[in-house]
Formats: sequence, C-alpha cells, structure tokens
Amino acid sequence: MPNKILAFAELKEGNFKNSAFEVVSEASKLSRECACGMTVLTIGDINQEQADKLAHYGPLKLTAVGLNDLNSKGGSADLKYSPTSFAKVISKFAEKENADVIVMSATALGKELSGRVAVSTGSAVFNDCISLQVSDGKITASRPVYAGKSIVTINTDSPKIVITIRPNVFKPVKTDGGNVELTVLSPDELGITASDFGVVVKEVVVSSEKLDVAEADRIVSGGRGLKAPENFSLVEDLAAAIGAATGASRAVVDAGWRPHSEQVGQTGKTVSPSLYIACGISGAIQHLAGMSSSKCIVAINKDKDAPIFQVANYGIVGDVFEILPALTDEMKRVVSQ
Amino acid sequence: MKIIVCVSLVPDSTTKVKISGNGMSIDENGVSYILNPYDEFAVEEALQLREKNGGEVIAVSFGTDKAKEAIKKAFQMGADKGVLIKTESADFDSFSAAKNLADYIGSQSPDLVLMGKQSIDFDGLLLPSMISEMTGMPSTSVVVKLDVNGTSITAEREIEGGKEVLQLSMPAIIGVQKGINEPRYPNLKSIMAAKSKPIEEISATYNGNIVKTVEMKLPPAKSAGKIFSNGKDDVAELVKLLREEAKVI
Repeated sequence: MPNKILAFAELKEGNFKNSAFEVVSEASKLSRECACGMTVLTIGDINQEQADKLAHYGPLKLTAVGLNDLNSKGGSADLKYSPTSFAKVISKFAEKENADVIVMSATALGKELSGRVAVSTGSAVFNDCISLQVSDGKITASRPVYAGKSIVTINTDSPKIVITIRPNVFKPVKTDGGNVELTVLSPDELGITASDFGVVVKEVVVSSEKLDVAEADRIVSGGRGLKAPENFSLVEDLAAAIGAATGASRAVVDAGWRPHSEQVGQTGKTVSPSLYIACGISGAIQHLAGMSSSKCIVAINKDKDAPIFQVANYGIVGDVFEILPALTDEMKRVVSQ
Repeated sequence: MKIIVCVSLVPDSTTKVKISGNGMSIDENGVSYILNPYDEFAVEEALQLREKNGGEVIAVSFGTDKAKEAIKKAFQMGADKGVLIKTESADFDSFSAAKNLADYIGSQSPDLVLMGKQSIDFDGLLLPSMISEMTGMPSTSVVVKLDVNGTSITAEREIEGGKEVLQLSMPAIIGVQKGINEPRYPNLKSIMAAKSKPIEEISATYNGNIVKTVEMKLPPAKSAGKIFSNGKDDVAELVKLLREEAKVI
C-alpha cells in the first residue's frame, strides 16, 4: 500500500504541458484507489493563476521549485536546464514528502528522468505504461513491448515505484475540483549543489512550430505511395486542416524524403493518437507495430490487399492524389461548422 | 580513446510476434535475431571516433550465450574486443542490465560509453540514465549529433518538436538515435577477421529482477474496418463517419 503519490507536472515555457494534466489526473485516481495521499511537484517559475489550471483535479498541494532559482546553483550563465538537477529535485522532494510512488509522463524529459530517479531513490521503474490497475493496494502496469506487437503486465515487490505514462493514452478526468495550494520551495531545502549539474542543456532548438508525432492527438502519415518528397504537401495540407502532426513510414525516411523525427514504427516512434490517417502506406509489420494502438485508424491506399487495411477502422481504396485534396477540403468544411 | 559499446541481440523488426506457452514471453521459434538497430549506430559512431582519435572499441553485451551473436556483428563492423557478461536467464529487467553494465564499465575506466537509445524488444530507454546514476558518469540519450573535443562533449539530442544541445565532460555515456550516422556494411575481410576474435566471458555481478513480468499477451485484435472502394466519392461518407460514429473530428 503506497504512502503518498508524487505527480511530476512538466511545464513548457511556463505552462503545463497536456501530459501534465494526464499525470495529475492519473496520480489522483491512483491515490483514491490506494486510499493514500498525493502531492504535485513542478520545476519552473509559476504563479497562482497558472497553478489553478490544475484545480479540476483538486484539491491539491502543488510545490514549485523555481527554474531560475535552481539554475543559479549550477554556476553557469548559459544554462537552460540540467536533467541531473531535475532528477535530484524530484528524488529529494519524494524523500522529504515520504512519497513512494512517483508518476511522470513518458515525454523526452520524463524518459530521461525516470531511470535517474529510480536509481537514486531505489525504486522499481514502470516505463511508458498504457494502463495502471490497483488491486489490494498493489499497482500493476501494462506496457507495450516489441513496439506494441505485444503487451506485458508487470508488478513489483518494491515498495517504491517510478511510473511513466505514455502521452495521449490516459485522458484527464476532471473531478469536482478544489483549491490548488501553491508552495514555492527553495532548492537549498533539497540540498541542491553545483555537483548536481553534471549534464547541462545549453540550448533548446525548436525545429519548427509543428506538432511532434510523439505528443500529437491526431497524426497524418505518408509513405511510398506519395511517390516524391514534394507530394508530402498533400499530407501537410490535411494535417493542417485538422490540427494534426505529420508522420512518415520508414521507407520514405530512409529515402531521405522526411526527417527521422517523423518516423512512426518499431525503429521510429510508437504512437497512440485518437486519429491516425495513413496515406500511401502499405503497412509493413514494423510500421503497424508503431501505430496499431491508435484509437481510430484511417487508411488510404490504392492496393486493396495492403496490410494497412487489416488494422484500419476506416479506409478508402483509391488514388491518394485524388483522395487527399478532396479529404482536406471536406475536413476544412466540417471542422469550420 | 577507450570506447565501450553496449550491444544487444533482438528479434528482427519484421518478426510477427507470437506468445510462448508460458504466457510470459514471446515464442522464439522461427524468430531471426539481429544486432539491435540502434546499437548499430552506436558501433558505427565508436568506430568513427576510433578512426579519428585512435584507441580501441570494446563491444559488451549482458545476456545469455546467445548474446554473443550481437558481439560478433560488432566484430564484423570492426570492434576490437568483445565481452559477454553472462547471465543464465534471458528474463532480466532494466535495473539488472544497468547494474551489470555499470559494474563492468566502472571496472574499465573507459573514456566513452556508447549504446543505442533503446533496444527494440523491451523498449525501456532506461539504460543510459540508470548507468549514469550508478557510475556517476554523465549521460544523455536520443543523440543525433556528437562532437568530441578534448575531454568535452557537445551532443544534440532529439526532443518533442526540436533538439537540445548539451554539454558533458568525459568520461560520459551516450545513447544514440537513428540519424547520427550511416552504419557501415561489413566487408568480406572484416567478416573473416571477426571469426578469429575471441569473446571474453565474465560472470554477472547481479542477478535478480525488481520488476516482475506477470503476463505477456498480444494486443486486442481489431474488428474488421469499413473499407470503401470508390476513391474520392467516398470522402464525404468517410468524414461523416469520423465525425458521427468514431467522434474523432
């Protein structure tokens, strides 16, 4: 039976990421099911107004360690942030609060921090979970392996656990809500020193304002069927019409048509959006592994026997060059209604 | 420059997974195994650094005898030495792998440790950061560009919608991502040379799992979808269904 659950809520440019709401909502659910306490930690300079955005999942205690305050311990002027110092803050705060279960999102940052925090707190780690169950106060998790070709159920006898949950899978469930009690904590109280800044991020380069496939709730992906890199504008137009991220198959990434950051599949990103539209993708097994857990899959392909149709909820057999412009227009019309 | 590359053997990405009779692992019958694709990038990066700076590349794997195949593949690419940290059971968790690799790395004083950002079987993504905490060496992962300058490393790592530029000092642990390089194909000479290279075996220093597998199963089967065959004339109907039936638009 856990004593207290610590939710780590990630900020981006001073605002909670969508994944932070998923984490707080799921941690709150776990604390009810385990009949234990809960607390939320964030690292960043936030005010009460921003803190109140968590009020739907309240009442909550939220502790913020200021990023400027934390970075001032690092002794380097051009420091954006340091993952090692973040890990130390989380570990020390968990110790201070006597929190034995730590929940975070399996974002780039969460994946980086979970292993560190697990080792430094002596916890088991359940990474990239897609469901969590509580029975007799014990937490069991399911996570995809082999890029989603199979699912394992795992548990542990360790009283301490670090859990990361896959973005977009756990939908935040609003409760009756309540006050968010914000406390600002100095890094001094957690014993942070310059030696905790072994790894420092000097610069964050935003490659574009585009959504990343790993976080997107809607994805439009293209494959070989688009025939040439310039034809990806059709995929981008549809994505723009419905606020989706653009993805790609391994074939077109290996051909250099698209950046590998867009690759969906076993050697790319494993995604679970609400809507996945596959355009001109035949559906090689390693691609299917990466996207078949999407809630609704739409396939557009000229080959009616393409494997992609076996996992599709909806599909149109036909020419992507005719269908995509028509689909983009129809989506624009419907979305604007 | 002494470089350790951690390698693992995984089922080929074209494998159609079946569950074994015990309901806890995959059925290995008919599965072909390959060097983890992300580890190939790590071996390539190590070889390029050796070619530039001199030194040696040691391929190390934690696993059963079977893991020697991964080391042999690294030999074929050009690794100098191979070490198997031998465990009796293939059922080990990330902590166990990290602990054994950390103990080995700690005993060797390398300048650099490279590995794939994840293995494509259990997809844990945990080893670089866990080994970092265990050894005290700095680490980062999902790295697409690595610059080594004296004892200082500048690494570019992929994050959602962008990149981070990080600074680390050597010795350091780097998890690499696709895109960092183009792995070489072994040539006949290196394949022949690999045959005579011995693999040193050492015993695991830690056995045991903190995380326990309860069950492994296939994802729920999908029921047949609604597939239309009139091309763009079906677009309006498709969008209607996405809106009214699937409720995703």
